[in-house]
Amino acid sequence: MNKSDTHYVRFLNVQKTYDGENLVVKNFNLDIAQGEFVTMLGPSGSGKTTCLMMLAGFESATQGEIYIDGTPVNNLAPHKRDIGMVFQNYALFPHLTIAENLSFPLKVRKLPKSDIEQRVKRALDMIELPQVAGRRPGQLSGGQQQRVALARALVFEPKLVLMDEPLGALDKQLREQMQYEIKRLHERLGITVLYVTHDQTEALTMSDRIAVFNEGVVQQLASPTELYERPSNAFVAQFIGENNKLSGQVEQINQDSCVVSVEGCSVQALPVNIRQCGEPTTLSIRPERIQINPDASYDNRFDARVLELIYHGDHLRTRVELMNHDQFIVKVPNGAHPLAISKGDQVQVGWHRRDCRALDAMIPGRP
Amino acid sequence: MKYEAISAGALDESQTIGTPSTNNSLKMQLRRAERWNRTRAFLLVVPLLLFVGVTFIMPIMDMLHRSIHDPLIVDHLPKTVAALESWDRQQIPEDTTYAVLAQELVSLHKQRDLAKVAGRLNTEFSGMRSLLSKSARGLARLNAGAGLESAADTREAMIRIDARWSDIQPWAAIKNLNSRYTLSYYLAALDMHYDVSGDISAQPERRQIYKALLIKTFAMSALITVLCLLLGYPLAHLLATLPESRSNLLMIMVLLPFWTSLLVRTTSWIVLLQTEGVINDVLISIGLISERIRMVHNLFGTVIAMTHILLPFMVLPLYSVMKNISPSYMRAARSLGAKPAYAFIHIYLPQTLPGIGAGAILTFILSIGFYITPALVGGRSGQMISNFIAYHMQTSLNWGLAAALGGILLGMVLLLYFVYNRLIGINSLKVG
Repeated sequence: MNKSDTHYVRFLNVQKTYDGENLVVKNFNLDIAQGEFVTMLGPSGSGKTTCLMMLAGFESATQGEIYIDGTPVNNLAPHKRDIGMVFQNYALFPHLTIAENLSFPLKVRKLPKSDIEQRVKRALDMIELPQVAGRRPGQLSGGQQQRVALARALVFEPKLVLMDEPLGALDKQLREQMQYEIKRLHERLGITVLYVTHDQTEALTMSDRIAVFNEGVVQQLASPTELYERPSNAFVAQFIGENNKLSGQVEQINQDSCVVSVEGCSVQALPVNIRQCGEPTTLSIRPERIQINPDASYDNRFDARVLELIYHGDHLRTRVELMNHDQFIVKVPNGAHPLAISKGDQVQVGWHRRDCRALDAMIPGRP
Repeated sequence: MKYEAISAGALDESQTIGTPSTNNSLKMQLRRAERWNRTRAFLLVVPLLLFVGVTFIMPIMDMLHRSIHDPLIVDHLPKTVAALESWDRQQIPEDTTYAVLAQELVSLHKQRDLAKVAGRLNTEFSGMRSLLSKSARGLARLNAGAGLESAADTREAMIRIDARWSDIQPWAAIKNLNSRYTLSYYLAALDMHYDVSGDISAQPERRQIYKALLIKTFAMSALITVLCLLLGYPLAHLLATLPESRSNLLMIMVLLPFWTSLLVRTTSWIVLLQTEGVINDVLISIGLISERIRMVHNLFGTVIAMTHILLPFMVLPLYSVMKNISPSYMRAARSLGAKPAYAFIHIYLPQTLPGIGAGAILTFILSIGFYITPALVGGRSGQMISNFIAYHMQTSLNWGLAAALGGILLGMVLLLYFVYNRLIGINSLKVG
């Protein structure tokens, strides 16, 4: 791959402030390769949409450079950037029919009439809604509008497509289905997608890479697996997936193991971003990596008391009290041999050292 | 596919709705359940309904009635009207008709009702007022003296008093008004009349005023509407897109003149625009003009002042429509490759059409009936139809003509409404 392939979209030290006092985006750097699906994930107000709008040209960067295909676009008007965009509430033009909506970007580009018709037809076939051509957006269901919005952003064959929480207004089932459809289109058309969402499931299922935003800073930029399995700090661990966190102090630290004392118990953990003994730390353990009544191969084994059992069908969500911490969650899979535990039981829980990551101590008051 | 599943679900639902046999009783139950609600809703609006009926519908009906109801001549000259029934308008009527008229004129003169009758006939043919009063006085004198023997004598005596009685014109004037219901007011309002032969024809050119006035009123209203739109559209857009705190401040500035008395606003325009006024002073002092310009008490002043006064009626409907247009439409258009101007014309402007329609129709209707401002700053050239209605109500006391002019105005407004409904659809109208 040459340089413009791996740096198809490039944010270089981008900063943004609206009021001249607070930075909404702080020193943002991101390289997106051609054909990649990158998601910006974060709570609302974390700066992800601002980054998207800067790339689209609706906001200007206060500092730094943005490149598309090697060209700086900071001073390029939005209509010259040739970027397909899907908006949160679809932004289908209500006074135009679906066919007119789809032909809008083609008419603007002054394509011949027959060509326009053909492309609109193909786009409608692509989203499997050929029958809605003559209808207006208001007559379509949310899911159908979403498909049309997608088709409109793709019909002029842009190389780069931006999506700003496009599935936010759909119900859960439809949302999941649309996720697969967007992913399928992305693979088929080979387009580069920058996707913004605050829904972690969406981000995990669709993306090649995810940039987790918080307070204008990218906390971690990595593949979904990497993010989930190996979060690099406490915010990411907490934000992506479910997470048990235990606060403690580093007692002992080696190259690939450490001992953390939590409420008097010594826990074997994997050091991630701690440096020295005596430092406060947050231990992060995924609920599905915890075993109830573990065998001797587990490095960490502790006594716990079952506080609550919630039946979820495929798994049993078990809340236990452990090390004076009563929000400790264990996911027990509903397998061939279900566990016979009930509320109030004294059990042992255990986990491997590699599944227990010692991260930075989170500042209190944050998630 | 998901949407197939949805449509299948909808079908299932429609099948679960009751079978035809239970439908009727279900409808009756529904009607019974709704009856009380409907009665209560009706009772709630009864006071308003009565108020509107008494203060709005009835006066309008009365006005429309007056514009065609004209019993004066029939009531005061009943015998003459009856005698003229068979008259062919070719030659002067029979002698007996002269005698009947003479008798009725004298009795009207005695009862002091002649002025009313003469005044009404005078609006049909000028000169009738003097003719009738002169004849009545003369005939009364003759009656007091020797008296008149025969009908032929009466005719001769009347012609001797005024030679115009040998003409058919005065008789035609009386015959033209021989019915309690007449179109003559509407004809007058459109610069037409019943001529000597009883046909509808145009007034002589020097007596034509209303047609030109109607056209001028419409042209002025259209101009004012266009000016309001040109000034109000960008303002409404600004109001709709600014952050809340600043747009509220601007909104107050738009509404402030709205809360000031119409009279105050109009007179302050006089202060500004008059020949010795502020604007002329400024223009002279910066050397832009050397002679003072007449800017008020003419058409120019009326248009300026009315545009200012009617601007909020354009801004508010536009604002309420623009407020509901998400900025993402323009962004979407831009991202799809449209230049700002193209995006505005093809995406933003069409979506504001309901607001433009509402604002324009409101401004136009208000301005064709506007009275105070043209009366104060209009001078001679800035007068509008409403000023003439007021003139006929208050000065000439020709209420029938005033009512006919009002009726025409009302008809125009209804026509406008109808056309608007046909072209754009009244349901899309968004006033606030």
